[in-house]
Amino acid sequence: MKPTAGRVYAWFERRLQFEGPLKDAAMHPVPSRTASWFYVFGSAAFTLLFFQIATGILLAVVYVPSAGEAWNSLNVLNHLVELGWYLRALHGWGSDFMVAVVFIHMTQVFFFGAYKFPRELTWTLGVFLLVMTLGMAFTGQVLRFDQDAYWGLGIGASILSRVPWIGGGLVHLLLGGPIIAGATLTRFFALHVFIIPGAMLLFVFLHVWMVLKLGINEWPMPGRLVRRATYVKEYEEITRKDGIPFIPGAFWRDLAFSGAIIAAVAVCAFVLGPFGPSGQPDPSIIQTVPKPDFPFLWIYTVLAYLPPQMETPFMLIAPILAIAALLAVPFLAGEGEKSWHRRPVAVLAVSSIAVFWGVLTNLGTFTPWSPHMNAWSSDPIPVRYLRTATPLVRQGAAVFQAKQCRNCHSIGGAGGLRGPALDDVATRMTMDQMRFKVVTGGGNMPAYGKNLSPAEIDALVSFLETLHPANEPPAYDAAQRALELDQPSASPAAHANSSAQGNPGP
Amino acid sequence: MSHEAQSEAQPEAQASGRQPQPTTHAPGAGGGREDGRIVSRRWLLFKAGIALNGLVGLVLAVPVLRYLFAPWRKDSSYKSWVSLGPADGFPAGETRLAYYQNPFRNSWDGQTDDVACYVRHIGQKQFQVFAINCAHLNCPVRWFPQSQLFMCPCHGGVYYADGSLASGPPPRGLFTYNWKVESGELQIDAGQMPTLSNTASLVYIQADRGDCPCRG
Repeated sequence: MKPTAGRVYAWFERRLQFEGPLKDAAMHPVPSRTASWFYVFGSAAFTLLFFQIATGILLAVVYVPSAGEAWNSLNVLNHLVELGWYLRALHGWGSDFMVAVVFIHMTQVFFFGAYKFPRELTWTLGVFLLVMTLGMAFTGQVLRFDQDAYWGLGIGASILSRVPWIGGGLVHLLLGGPIIAGATLTRFFALHVFIIPGAMLLFVFLHVWMVLKLGINEWPMPGRLVRRATYVKEYEEITRKDGIPFIPGAFWRDLAFSGAIIAAVAVCAFVLGPFGPSGQPDPSIIQTVPKPDFPFLWIYTVLAYLPPQMETPFMLIAPILAIAALLAVPFLAGEGEKSWHRRPVAVLAVSSIAVFWGVLTNLGTFTPWSPHMNAWSSDPIPVRYLRTATPLVRQGAAVFQAKQCRNCHSIGGAGGLRGPALDDVATRMTMDQMRFKVVTGGGNMPAYGKNLSPAEIDALVSFLETLHPANEPPAYDAAQRALELDQPSASPAAHANSSAQGNPGP
Repeated sequence: MSHEAQSEAQPEAQASGRQPQPTTHAPGAGGGREDGRIVSRRWLLFKAGIALNGLVGLVLAVPVLRYLFAPWRKDSSYKSWVSLGPADGFPAGETRLAYYQNPFRNSWDGQTDDVACYVRHIGQKQFQVFAINCAHLNCPVRWFPQSQLFMCPCHGGVYYADGSLASGPPPRGLFTYNWKVESGELQIDAGQMPTLSNTASLVYIQADRGDCPCRG
């Protein structure tokens, strides 16, 4: 048996001649301290890329890249094809894990100063790989061709349309025509399946090639500075004195972590299932609340909170600046300190970005800026607010409900969060102020002056005036109060009482 | 020029450096002694080969680019008049959702050709036809007849009944289609998803109308 296997091996080796280069790659010495759990994220991203390619090819066996059929084929995958749902779930969760691992990998590389001389180009390619990973996440969301995909494309087209002069042409190029339709899906299919993965494979090859040629970044020691003139010699010194062969010393951790990540993807996919598809991609169905996938939620938040006049410059310039800044990192700081212990700016930058990202993503999960489109017809006004209400106040509550006020204003904990909650609005505004606000709008509120009759406004304001805690009187106009105090008959308590009972105002 | 000469000199030096060693794999090509003329002829042919491929690539790039840029067309080439049905179907004073098939379409587009728009019959056969797409980021706005407002579910853009901006982040009012009534049918000039870049042929609606001029 053994001699036969040996002869077969020798026959192939005589022709392929892989042994030499593979042995070199496997046995090349790496600094012993880099055999660490901190160094496993790059190889995990590598594994996930090939996992995504494999599951993607398996999905392509069934998926139909046609605007008319894509959504149906996904439902067939989910419900009819044996374990089709699981393959979709693996690909979907693999994508989320890959985005996360790529970001963690970049953060680790940044903290460990691994982008410094002579590894600048490795970092540069890595930045492009990051952009392509996000490109895969977005184009993959488009291939899901459901309502979120459709309106996500609308957002993309809308952003591109803001480019000066050539915006219209760029939208046509993105969509493959005048509207989101069949031509749009086929070009995103080409991007997702051929163009971006092809470029990623090439870039990953070069990225890993340089890791092998230039060596794994040594463990950063505070005070050991990188200098162009001496670094290569110092690195060789470290690997010679304190080096171990890459396999198995360092590589077993990569193997273990990659296996664990794939296992985590498999478990998430099994327990939590595939993503969507949500409703069918029919633009005439307007009862939809589109939302981007998790990696892009923070952008959704940014676009909600930017002042309108800053939006276009931000959308067009910020991505370019961000990528340029990432690309510039190794060329601005190619030498010097590698250890995070002596790079406070780097630590501060990463932690602030992480906090910003976390806050923006968290806000994106419950979108306080979006009106709740069904609140007016589904969330009742709490009974306790109406128990002692006069007919006029009840009428006001009906106006409040029927005119969609609750789509933006919550009351009793239900309703939109776009405007302030109104449970104690009477303590903040006098009746005159509320009337003015309702009629003229302002800030983020539409003016209702033309849409409500004077009688409806009277009723509405009377209702709002009753919204205050029992132990806290409604707000009052101090000038008015001074006048009333001059007259002995009116007391503050009496005023508060009359308001609480729903004074219709002057 | 100097750069080219340098790159030319380097491989030549390498080639000539290798010449003295006996070549085993290409006995016919190497021949014998160092011969400047043969070497330079080979390099000339090599460069001619590159030039030929470059030329072919350049010529082929023209149709490839034209193919890729084919969708980059004038807006007007995508648009035509489509009917929304009898004008009488839209009661005066009301805003109704109407549907049409996009005039520019392919057979595999599926449901994506079914486009909706809002028709507002002001009265006296005067109409306003709004795109459902919010001017902010194209999400579909919803009409609330009770409060006479359009609201967008994405970032909270709100518009008045006449399409002017009421509040929220949109940079302008709702996009409108040009319309006409022909033999009793309401027709609109449609075919393209409205965005901020193709509004030249769309009527611009004042952003401030209906708002309080004195607000801060």
